[in-house]
Amino acid sequence: MFDFGVVTSWIHAQLTSVMPEGLAVFLECVAIGVCLLLLYVVIAIIMIYMERKVCAAFQCRLGPQRVGKWGSLQVFCDVFKMLTKEIIIIRHSDKFLYNLAPYIVILASVMAFACIPINKGMEILDFNVGILFFMAASSIGVVGILLAGWSSNNKFSLIGAMRSGAQMISYELSIGLSILTIVVLTDTMQFSEIVMRQADGWFIFKGHIPAVIAFIIYLIAGNAEVNRGPFDLPEAESELTAGYHTEYSGMHFGLFYVAEFVNLFIISSIAATVFLGGWMPLHIPGLDGFNAVMDAIPGFIWFFAKALFVVWLLMWIKWTFPRLRIDQILTLEWKYLVPIGLLNLLLMVVVVVFKLHF
Amino acid sequence: MNNFVLLVVVILIAILIVAAAIGIAKLIAPRSYNPQKGEAYECGIPTRGKSWMQFKVGYYLFAILFLMFDVETVFLFAWAVVVQDLGIYGLLSVLFFLLILVLGLAYAWKKGALEWK
Repeated sequence: MFDFGVVTSWIHAQLTSVMPEGLAVFLECVAIGVCLLLLYVVIAIIMIYMERKVCAAFQCRLGPQRVGKWGSLQVFCDVFKMLTKEIIIIRHSDKFLYNLAPYIVILASVMAFACIPINKGMEILDFNVGILFFMAASSIGVVGILLAGWSSNNKFSLIGAMRSGAQMISYELSIGLSILTIVVLTDTMQFSEIVMRQADGWFIFKGHIPAVIAFIIYLIAGNAEVNRGPFDLPEAESELTAGYHTEYSGMHFGLFYVAEFVNLFIISSIAATVFLGGWMPLHIPGLDGFNAVMDAIPGFIWFFAKALFVVWLLMWIKWTFPRLRIDQILTLEWKYLVPIGLLNLLLMVVVVVFKLHF
Repeated sequence: MNNFVLLVVVILIAILIVAAAIGIAKLIAPRSYNPQKGEAYECGIPTRGKSWMQFKVGYYLFAILFLMFDVETVFLFAWAVVVQDLGIYGLLSVLFFLLILVLGLAYAWKKGALEWK
């Protein structure tokens, strides 16, 4: 596997040879910031384009195809359109909180985004409590959504925000429990270390039954966490116009939209990292030639392939199932997923303690 | 590089994304003034009453339940990292911890806190 850390340490060595340490670190911080910004925007654009095309395919349509080859420039046009729309702030809203809400939503999304290990040595934040940090960072988003709904002074927004709050905090438990099963298996919370432990087999294979159950719970809870698919109650357009961002216009709305799509990518890439081996290639024991071919594919391609596969899976779920009611959502979480998650956790502990895993 | 330095960079980038997007939009977007635009987007007729009012208590009930279980998850994270070294002792000790929690959930269930009324 190509270690991207070689490149970063080479750049650091080159910079420190011509300038003082502090300036070099500052320049590196700027470079990392620019990379993060570009990656975030590019991922958002790819996700919106993919959503449109996949949605069109599931509905037997063609999707955007006029602007650019296969409609690939459509999203750029939309971004430009969004930028040229007037930002309206309604009269009776709480102005400060109304303007603050997009900042919090994007902050949560960018902080969670920076945790993702894309390649070996290519992760921005790599805390030794990475998973805890990821969950803490991504759960700030619900504060932003609640603020957006509350400060708009609109009944649709308020109902959307309250639903979103109840739903997102509930499903966070299941996300926590399902990731916890994998932490029990790995005894580490650092994302780069979790990926390294999967060199001899992805956790969904190594942990067999409990890991598969955890993966399914994670997909359901992750889908609910990003307010999509059958769980899109907070912005149920046929009943609440647009839910918590009804009063947001132009780029204000665009930021919520971008954050939602990037959150979908984050949830999928964490699923890919924790359960499907991150940037580790697929290895089948015994087939050396096959393994050598798989090793030749760079890590970040593996990562994006897995993450986009999970994204595709979630889009499939979204465009297949009808929307649930709020009581059905909460019943599903508290009466099914949480007890199953707890039992599954115990099962995983039994598997680990008696060394039943591969 | 130190993770906490990078965390500051990440937070600054997040603020920059929003500030830049809104700043550009304010620069290039056309503006027109109309008192109707300041109204809440509800049903076309003037809104009745404020939206900041008493709200259904069911949502808060779930928030309280969430609090209980989320704190529990944080405790479990600390345990999950070392469970392989603890072995069977770790399994038994967490069994009691989870039992008490499940009793709490069962109590809430029995009392009807999980029903949506």
